[in-house]
Amino acid sequence: MAGAAVRAGSAVLRRLAAVSSLGAGREAYLDHAATTPMHPLALEAMARELTRTGNPSSLHAAGRAARRVVEESRERIAAALGADPGEVLLTSGGTEADNLAVKGIAWARRRADPAARRLLVSAVEHHAVLDPARWLVEHEGASLVELPVDRDGVLALGGLARALDADDAEGAPALVSVMWANNETGAVQPVRGVVGLAHERGVPVHVDAVQSVGTLRVDLQQVAADAVSVSAHKVGGPVGIGALVARRGLALEPVLHGGGHERGVRSGTLPAAAAAGFAAALEAAVASREAEARRLEGLCERLVEGVRATVPDAVLQGPRIGAAGEDGGPARLPGIALWTFPGCDGDSLIYLLDTAGVRCSTGAACTAGVAQPSHVLLASGLGEEQARGALRLSLGRTSTEADVDHVLAVLPDAVARARRAGLA
Amino acid sequence: MRVLAALSGGVDSAVAAARAVDAGHDVVGVHMALSRNRDQMRTGSRGCCSIEDAGDARRAADVLGIPYYVWDLSERFEQTVVADFLAEYEAGRTPNPCVRCNEHIKFEALLDKGVALGFDAVCTGHYARVEIDDDGVRALHRARDAAKDQSYVLAVMGPERLARAMFPLGDAATKDDVRREAAARGLSVSAKPDSYDICFVADGDTQGFLRERLGSRPGDVVDADGTVVGRHDGAYAYTVGQRRGLALGRPAADGRARYVLEVQPATNTVVVGAAELLTVHRLTGERAVWFDDAPRAWRECAVQVRAHGTPVPGRVRAASTGAQDLEVELHEGLRGIAPGQSVVLYDGTRVLGQATVAGSGR
Repeated sequence: MAGAAVRAGSAVLRRLAAVSSLGAGREAYLDHAATTPMHPLALEAMARELTRTGNPSSLHAAGRAARRVVEESRERIAAALGADPGEVLLTSGGTEADNLAVKGIAWARRRADPAARRLLVSAVEHHAVLDPARWLVEHEGASLVELPVDRDGVLALGGLARALDADDAEGAPALVSVMWANNETGAVQPVRGVVGLAHERGVPVHVDAVQSVGTLRVDLQQVAADAVSVSAHKVGGPVGIGALVARRGLALEPVLHGGGHERGVRSGTLPAAAAAGFAAALEAAVASREAEARRLEGLCERLVEGVRATVPDAVLQGPRIGAAGEDGGPARLPGIALWTFPGCDGDSLIYLLDTAGVRCSTGAACTAGVAQPSHVLLASGLGEEQARGALRLSLGRTSTEADVDHVLAVLPDAVARARRAGLA
Repeated sequence: MRVLAALSGGVDSAVAAARAVDAGHDVVGVHMALSRNRDQMRTGSRGCCSIEDAGDARRAADVLGIPYYVWDLSERFEQTVVADFLAEYEAGRTPNPCVRCNEHIKFEALLDKGVALGFDAVCTGHYARVEIDDDGVRALHRARDAAKDQSYVLAVMGPERLARAMFPLGDAATKDDVRREAAARGLSVSAKPDSYDICFVADGDTQGFLRERLGSRPGDVVDADGTVVGRHDGAYAYTVGQRRGLALGRPAADGRARYVLEVQPATNTVVVGAAELLTVHRLTGERAVWFDDAPRAWRECAVQVRAHGTPVPGRVRAASTGAQDLEVELHEGLRGIAPGQSVVLYDGTRVLGQATVAGSGR
């Protein structure tokens, strides 16, 4: 009996040893939420367009040809999002789209009604939303309400309703900005409820969907947000292009002034090749969305179960796996998981995993390479020390079971070492 | 060996890391984020922890083909180096923050973290030599380039930490050679100016920094017999031996220049007097660190009390007042030694030990 147990035990050890020796030199890219590989169709479309010359604003044949590429791309992007082509404003990316939404709507609202200067923004927004809002407070006398989230990082609709109805000396609500799903924890927000509450009171809503497009159904027929930010490189398109989908009738002041492109709201030469790559990637992502979401959910479950088994005290942040969100939809993005590892410093984990071939992130913003304690986790009620032990693994189109197994093979040792290094 | 190369963004640490790579070590570059408000962009020679410096460090790592990370040690830095700097000045003493940084940050926080993560040694761009004798005993020596020697600020680490320290520039002939080497290696920092200032005092204005952090505390300036000869805005801002910045209303009776002789924090008083009163022949030191056994009998040595000061002949022995105390006699006397300064004792080029000056006597 004892001999059999020893043999069984050594078989497990051999298998683990085989995994870790296979793991030597192996790489696993698990930072798809930061950026994800280009889709082959996007690459093909871009390569084709990059060989052509022509400014889409030029009146001659070459210009018309380039303009046609831009407009066809715009139509495809609009169709993928349930919007009209005329509503798609191409930008340099998600950050510009967010800035245009927050500043553009705030300025337009203020111009129409000087009392409308209160910005209602969820506390877990990306810095591309939070920082322009804070800038408007510092420089232009706006006021900011950071809407609270629960322990899972999900916006409390009751808090939004109270903030909308507050009879406030700080002015009337100018806009509400709530992201579709959070880029750090993957928590999906109740955006339909947000739009309903805000529209009942005549307040426009911006939704940052940069992290959600491609894996969640982002359909403006379903969620009647006034402005929605998207970015190409999160769905397999190129870095450097995104869009703000601004519904008809939404008053928007420009951030970039110049040649009057994009309905006079966003000047700048239109990038035909990037637009073609964006459209191809978005179309491909939307076409395979349901099957891909199920595949990523499966991988993510394998990952979460594996971490639970090998590092039992790791705390998965955000809604629990399998939980239902608004209208019975998913409560979390299928490919993102973020844990806090008690007693570990994110710095140490990133270094150790990188050395072991695992490319990942703490999830939070960096200042010159230093990961800051995540405002998302702090807003969800975590202490600064807990937040410093955060690690995000994010899966995407090219992720495989082998990637998941590789990180599971190297993670326990990395956590043990990081724990020894402590919170320096 | 697995070597953690501290990359400040300057030329020395970049070349040191390059030499470690050449020596066949498995090198990883780490830039320490030490400042809490890193958004301030400092230029030129000031400081070693601005965003620009982090970028230079990253580019150096790129050129060397080594991984690069930024580790945030700003909290430890604030708690140890900056807090000590303020507390020491507040106590009427004169600290050397570079010594404290080597003690608590580079060869403690960084080294301990590195060892825990699997590294064998920390490599820095300091100018000093580590020699290993036939018995395998490691000794800290002055750098070959005496003008750049930094053994003074390193001695505090003691022998155990020295065993995990690597200073590839100790044998460099001159700083110019190091710059030439950097240029030949394609390191863009080859012409970057040296840093001389205290890195966390952004504009080099130490007095202003102290006033900002400690506040204005007006008090009297008195002469050796207690006569009030002027006012000051905070005794903490004065250092023994200082002459400039004394706004004295009454000239000395003999018309000669007066120097700060003593700072008395308890009464917020600055004592001034003639130059010859500054000369001391005896020192006591505390928190001593020995590379040899602590000498029970007087031992002849060279004594250095400032980072770029000239060593002077003297002798040292362990003091009976405490296990980590020592006393020093100076054969020729030295002027203007303030409590809080580091005193480093040498036998030729070899460091014997180090302590913090507790007191002095004529």
